[in-house]
Amino acid sequence: MSVLLETKAVVKQFGEFRAVDRVDFRVQEGEVLALIGSNGAGKTTLVNLISGLLTADEGRILFRGQDVTKQPVKERIRAGIARSFQLVNLFDQLSALDNVALAIFSRQGKTRRLLTLADADRPVWAEATEVLSLFRLDAKARTLAGGLSQGERKLLDVAIAYALKPRLLFLDEPTSGVGTREKAPIMDTIVSIVRSEGISAAIIEHDMDVVFSYSDRIVAMHQGTILADGTPDQIRRDERVLTTLIGTPEPPR
Amino acid sequence: MSTVTTVVIPTRSPMRRLWYAAPVLMVLLVLPWVADQYQTILLAYGLAMAIAALGFNLLLGYTGLLSFGHSAYFGVGAYAVALMVKYLGVTSMELHLLGAIVASVLVTAIFGVACVRYTRIFFGILTMALSQVLWSLAFKFFWVTGGTDGLRVPTPTLLGVVTGKGDKIAFLAHAYYYYVLAVFLVCVAVMWVIVNSPFGRALQAIRDNETRAQFIGIPIWRYRWVAFMLSGVFTGVAGALWVPLNGLTTPDILHWTFSGKIVFMAVLGGFRTFVGPIVGAVVYNYLESYAVGYTVYWQLFLGVILVVLVLSLPTGIVGTAERLMARRRAPR
Amino acid sequence: MDIVLIHVFNALLYASVLFLIAGGLSLIYGVMRIVNLAHGNLYAFGAYVSAWIIGYLSTSVAVGEAGSGAPTWVLLALLPAGAIAAAAAGALLEPTLLRPFYKRAEEYQLLVTFGLLMIIDDVIRFLWGPYPLSASVVFENFGSVTVGDTLYPTYNFLVIGVGALAAIFLWAFIYRTRFGVVLRATSQDMRMAAALGVNVNRVYVQAFTLGCFMAGLGGAIIVPSQSAVLGMGVDALILSFIVVVIGGLGSLEGALLGALIVGIVREAGITWFPEVELAVLYLMAAAVLLVRPAGLFGRA
Repeated sequence: MSVLLETKAVVKQFGEFRAVDRVDFRVQEGEVLALIGSNGAGKTTLVNLISGLLTADEGRILFRGQDVTKQPVKERIRAGIARSFQLVNLFDQLSALDNVALAIFSRQGKTRRLLTLADADRPVWAEATEVLSLFRLDAKARTLAGGLSQGERKLLDVAIAYALKPRLLFLDEPTSGVGTREKAPIMDTIVSIVRSEGISAAIIEHDMDVVFSYSDRIVAMHQGTILADGTPDQIRRDERVLTTLIGTPEPPR
Repeated sequence: MSTVTTVVIPTRSPMRRLWYAAPVLMVLLVLPWVADQYQTILLAYGLAMAIAALGFNLLLGYTGLLSFGHSAYFGVGAYAVALMVKYLGVTSMELHLLGAIVASVLVTAIFGVACVRYTRIFFGILTMALSQVLWSLAFKFFWVTGGTDGLRVPTPTLLGVVTGKGDKIAFLAHAYYYYVLAVFLVCVAVMWVIVNSPFGRALQAIRDNETRAQFIGIPIWRYRWVAFMLSGVFTGVAGALWVPLNGLTTPDILHWTFSGKIVFMAVLGGFRTFVGPIVGAVVYNYLESYAVGYTVYWQLFLGVILVVLVLSLPTGIVGTAERLMARRRAPR
Repeated sequence: MDIVLIHVFNALLYASVLFLIAGGLSLIYGVMRIVNLAHGNLYAFGAYVSAWIIGYLSTSVAVGEAGSGAPTWVLLALLPAGAIAAAAAGALLEPTLLRPFYKRAEEYQLLVTFGLLMIIDDVIRFLWGPYPLSASVVFENFGSVTVGDTLYPTYNFLVIGVGALAAIFLWAFIYRTRFGVVLRATSQDMRMAAALGVNVNRVYVQAFTLGCFMAGLGGAIIVPSQSAVLGMGVDALILSFIVVVIGGLGSLEGALLGALIVGIVREAGITWFPEVELAVLYLMAAAVLLVRPAGLFGRA
């Protein structure tokens, strides 16, 4: 498998505090990767750096061989990096369908058009409806995003990112705030979509059940650096991971 | 995250709205034949202000930016016309409109670059400050702008043929009224298309969640800037239409208090709807013409109503009406 | 050399008043995250109240006698009445008109304070009419002092003094008293402060009142040297905006530095380019906004 994304000695500092300390992080084509670590380990900061919300102080970020370190968010999205957010970020006053359609309009460069009616663009709406049914949200197509349940909002967040047709999808705690019974269906949906389309995914997760059930590879971070990197089996037996993370990971059912 | 308690009713069939537009349109079309000249001219004022409010609301209702400086663009439109008459001797209304558009594009392009990088408070005060700068410039360069006396503007020539020579009032109450109505309808149509276009949706996305909009690849500053310019141009056109009705243009339309009126109109009508600002402008126009006669403290009156509106009826006239109708349609 | 001194004094004079107004605005924002668009009009209100009281008392005795009316020290003592009136207004307004909006979208907050701006503008017009109100008695009674070859009004030094004292007092208040600690805690993390037992509502109303007091004080001390006129409120608002843009919204040090800079630039502008004085200030504000949006000391 070839390397899709690589960071080389990337650093992010906030005053005295090094949130990300010379991290070499890799995501390979077609894999589902879990990024774990206790709070403050630097996971979200790393994702923020890669997705473009923050700029790295030092180091480089390479995506499909290209140096994207200084590129603005828009360019990175066009290159194929998309993400969802830990605190769900949606267009609350627009319907679920509108939310996804917007991502499609943007992807197709149509948001520049101000003298054509958005509703008239049937292909976009057809695609948006498809995406929603893929994520099992079609029943709620016309509901305002602000009125969806937490689980539905999480899925919609991912659906929007998916609608950008990325090569690499970052999911920041896709099941946080969701009831335990809902977690599995949500993850099943997301992971099956991602695998069937060959999209690489990097998932920040705290729930170890989720982590061990769905990932090909696990990267554990601690205090801004990568502690361990390997398959679920390797990580499960890794001393450092066991001691620094709260509780021992349970084997998946 | 903002927690606005409004009910936005997603209408997928804009055709449904058109049925109540039809009778209104009928009334607008026959008015000069059934009402007296004063009423018609008054409504012409209202329609001109409605265009300004419509433009303003592209920024507030759809992009989430509250400008306290729209007086600047209204004034730019009005003064552009006055200066065209004074220095170029141009009397064609079409050229006046063109001049107003060009002038507002220039001014909003420059002001916009400064303003749209900031949101909310900074944006609001910056727009207010810029309008005040223009206002003070109108005084300082009095040999150009006529200072406090302003500049007189004669009635323009419509479509190259119809002039106001002779009975000016009759001209304003008939030919000019229809001209204003026509421009108003065109503006409404254009604005409607804009807000329902992919660009319009992108603006709403920026309003709702700037970060997410950024993360679906929308260039935030650039789109805000374009919205700023569009908004200013509509308001500039309104200014150009207003000048012949008023006969002259003075610096007070550049003062922030005039912006206050525009803000008030949009809030009164309901800034989260498309027609709200139109209704608000027309209603306000009537309110002001009757109240100004009664009291010099119209600012107090406006301010109190604004506060009351924001406290208890934040969705304005149209928003509240929609909510009431929705409740009647779906009884619990 | 003395001309330079005069300019310095003028700049400090202007800066003192600006610091009071902008400092109040910044304080309120720092603690409560709201910008009161009517803040400038509270400054105007303070000016009008003080001018009115001074005017009333200084002519209450038979006209025609030199130095008639109440003695200067009484007038001086009553000058802060404007500040107190503004503070009282603030204490009334915050719980009634502002508190309902903390949880709502910021547009509504701006709209309501904008409505308030219009209301106060007309209230002032209603109470005191459209003509300027002067309190120059106090100003004149202070006489002037010789600076080199020129005479400089002594009263101006009082203003500068009040400005400096206010800065020191505020600094001590915020960094050395217990209330100041509570204030800073609430401004940094309102929820945490509430969780620790702080009565946030009370802190808010107190902070708001203090901010209004400062604005009113600015109006009160400047009114003897320049009359109270309609429109002074909005001019002050825009100028304090420039100050906080430069210094950073939410920071008192920023307000002080910003006020000093604006005072100096304005004085320089008036001396050398009187036509474009205002434009220079706006250009400066624009430059700062473009280069360092959070201001020199601000928190974004």
